[in-house]
Amino acid sequence: MSDHADAPSSGASSSSAAEAETAAAAAHAPRLARRPRRGRVPPGSADEKRLREIWETPPGWRGWLSSVDHKTIGLRYLVTAFVFLLMGGVEALIMRVQLARPNATVLTPEQYNQLFTMHGVTMIFLYALPVLSGFSNYLWPLVLGSRDMAFPRLNALSYWIFLFAGIFLYASFPTGQAPDAGWFNYAPLSGLEYSTGPNIDVYALGMVLLGISTTVGSMNFVVTLLRMRAPGMSLDRVPVLVWGTLTASAGNLLAVPSVSLAFFLLWMDRRIGTHFFDVLNGGRPLLWQHLFWIFAHPWVYAVVLPAMGIVSDALPVFCRRPLVGYGPVALATVATMAIGFVVWIHHMFATGIPALALSFFGAASMVIAIPSAVATFAWIATIWTGRPVFRVPFLFFAGFVFLFVVGGVSGVLTAAVPFDWQLTDTYFIVAHLHYVLLGINVFPVIGGIYFWFPKFTGKMMSERLGKLGFWVMFAGFNIGFFPMHIAGLLGMPRRIYTYPADMGWDTVNLVTSLGSFLFAFGILIFIVDLAVSLKRGKPAGNNPWDAPSLEWAVSSPPPPYNFAVVPTLASRHPLWEGRIEEPGNAGNVRSQIDEGYLLAEGREALGTTALEANPDVILKMPGDSCAPFFLALFAALFFAALALAAWPFAGAMLAGCAVSIIVWLWPERELIQREPVAVHDAGG
Amino acid sequence: MSDAVNLQRSSREPREPDEPAGVLPIGSAGERSGGWWGCLTLVLTEGALFGYLIFSYLYLASQNAQHWPPEGLPKLTLGVVNTVILLTSSVFVWLCERCVRRRRVRWAVASMATGVVLGIVFMGIQLAEWHDHPYGLTTHLYGSLYFTITGFHMAHVAVGIVVLLLLLIWTALGYFDERRCAALKIGGLYWHFVDIVWLFIFSTLYLTPYLFQEWSWPRT
Repeated sequence: MSDHADAPSSGASSSSAAEAETAAAAAHAPRLARRPRRGRVPPGSADEKRLREIWETPPGWRGWLSSVDHKTIGLRYLVTAFVFLLMGGVEALIMRVQLARPNATVLTPEQYNQLFTMHGVTMIFLYALPVLSGFSNYLWPLVLGSRDMAFPRLNALSYWIFLFAGIFLYASFPTGQAPDAGWFNYAPLSGLEYSTGPNIDVYALGMVLLGISTTVGSMNFVVTLLRMRAPGMSLDRVPVLVWGTLTASAGNLLAVPSVSLAFFLLWMDRRIGTHFFDVLNGGRPLLWQHLFWIFAHPWVYAVVLPAMGIVSDALPVFCRRPLVGYGPVALATVATMAIGFVVWIHHMFATGIPALALSFFGAASMVIAIPSAVATFAWIATIWTGRPVFRVPFLFFAGFVFLFVVGGVSGVLTAAVPFDWQLTDTYFIVAHLHYVLLGINVFPVIGGIYFWFPKFTGKMMSERLGKLGFWVMFAGFNIGFFPMHIAGLLGMPRRIYTYPADMGWDTVNLVTSLGSFLFAFGILIFIVDLAVSLKRGKPAGNNPWDAPSLEWAVSSPPPPYNFAVVPTLASRHPLWEGRIEEPGNAGNVRSQIDEGYLLAEGREALGTTALEANPDVILKMPGDSCAPFFLALFAALFFAALALAAWPFAGAMLAGCAVSIIVWLWPERELIQREPVAVHDAGG
Repeated sequence: MSDAVNLQRSSREPREPDEPAGVLPIGSAGERSGGWWGCLTLVLTEGALFGYLIFSYLYLASQNAQHWPPEGLPKLTLGVVNTVILLTSSVFVWLCERCVRRRRVRWAVASMATGVVLGIVFMGIQLAEWHDHPYGLTTHLYGSLYFTITGFHMAHVAVGIVVLLLLLIWTALGYFDERRCAALKIGGLYWHFVDIVWLFIFSTLYLTPYLFQEWSWPRT
């Protein structure tokens, strides 16, 4: 922030004839700097109507394809990810039918391989992160007091590529040639020698495509946090959800290239003839494991930290007090991700790696329990010292704390190398990862939907169905997944399509299968509640939970422009001011939500400085655009062409991508990316 | 940090000498523009990508028992010359923005054109070097690594040249002056990144084999 070399006022030192002419023309052109006026925009006023017209997406298919509204995109993310959750869930249920009894023949081994692979791919890549991106997309600008994300069109691109990548990954499923080497897809099993069909190519190219979506989404979150916070929202006033998504996004920016590269190299080995993982020619299959887990372990934190943020923000609302230990929880979030980058070898303990590396990574894997424990104790202390209100979201969040502890403890166990050698590739690991991923992701997500559904739709969800659904899910989950620990201790390996009757695994498997169907029934109750509440839920009002953060200050659902004026923050809990003691807020300065900068000369938002969130620039926000859709389409078709080895078509699609990007980035007068009138040479 | 601030007063430092208090620039203003920050995140993630490529090279080289590189130590002369050419192009791209800020549009165009030409010369020399190697992408592991890593970089140079050409056109059309030239700054940042990454690739592919010569090609 030290050198703003480009002053907003024009340099008046040189005065040639050309410049005088330019200056005269510029008098009619848009200004390059102004002092924003402060004021109020009452609901229903002419000013408010004008704001609505500026920001509203026009109806019809064109508006549908071109919308860049973060709220629309957020809801699309949520719905699409939820559909993938249901698909992955059905795959799991089919597998549980097969495994309920020994020697069952519901599925062939080939079908089973495809199902467990697609189940993992769907849940981990197409559900777990995208659903959190949905929450963050919808909520970030609202909790940060902004009009939109930093890059609205990039946001649309991120969604469209996610959708197309999801379809791409499922493209070979109907023909019975889906990816079948497990979600971590180890070489050489995934090499051409053992898998000649299109299965692995679809997985490899689909993951590179999906990586683009994750990357541009992460860029958007990082820049939004740094630039788009309301004035006064210093870094120690942002909600923990924002910390979680920021940490996850920064982690993704550093980790996703690793897996994209791994999949690209694998595809080259298979279809071009390179030798990266080819043992006969000096390649190393372990390179795959390194590149994959360097990505996949940070990814585990990327799919849980934002969900933990949801709990850190929403649980205190139902305890009627601020979160205990905001600072430690925010720091623990960042620390978890930082340590998460040096634990990847714990997935590779059984690969014959030197003992020194095993000790180091084992120790790091245990250390990571410390920041997790900080957060856990903060939640427990919040419940303990608060006055809990047992509404549906509270149940999901409290249930999450319990499941997180179970999953966390089994995780610390397997950080011990000798213990891991006994249990790796058994159902104990399956139990651990499901406790962690469902416990920390699915439960907070459903709790989060109960919590923010009123904001999304303006209607409340049912308390009765919600409580019923929670207890069915909670019981089904534990009946389904706890016995997997025992199956693992009894030596049952994961990824086997059936087992003989005399192994002593019959009972645990039957119980697991029954529990999984009970859990699925709980999800069904939740879907029924969604449908019923959407039709005839009670009207919610702006702030049905009496929550403290900014998103509850606007109407439900929020207007297209989010905030009529730019709010100014004076504390971490703007809507609880005057009711609680706010540490650090000595003076009686109050947050201002109804009065602030009027930014209404076109689509405008306030850019603020990175650390202290002081006003820095008036940003011109882009309007709706079809460029993201077409870029995503061309990109998806490019990868499809690679999969089909249709090289000329791939070249044409790449050219289509280039044209889309050039159209997108061409400097626009409206966004004031260029001078209003052509600049002439000042030299003689 | 959480102390109550006087919300009416913007405490942004340092203020431009000729910028009155409370006046904010509008639109895409240099390092205050979203694009500048977005490009920084792009550099971060692309830097990580090249980091993983170099990691793969060093990992596979360290696990290799044969001579490395199999065809003998890499020849340095052409590579060093090419490195100098690429770094020089960065200077001209930087110079273009300086000229635009002084409203010397013709010099700016000439400078950017020089940068583009140097970039194309770099690609030409690199292609010639590719052609001269007795091995290809699929010959052996080293060939796969060499061509993949330099190929990734070449793709970035190609994209960079398209970016520079667009900046050249926009500059020639008179889009930019000292108040609005964020595109030049952002495009320049990307090009400098592509150049700096080359230093790491050059060090890895051309210099480390000399460093570890005792293991790979011991002097007889």
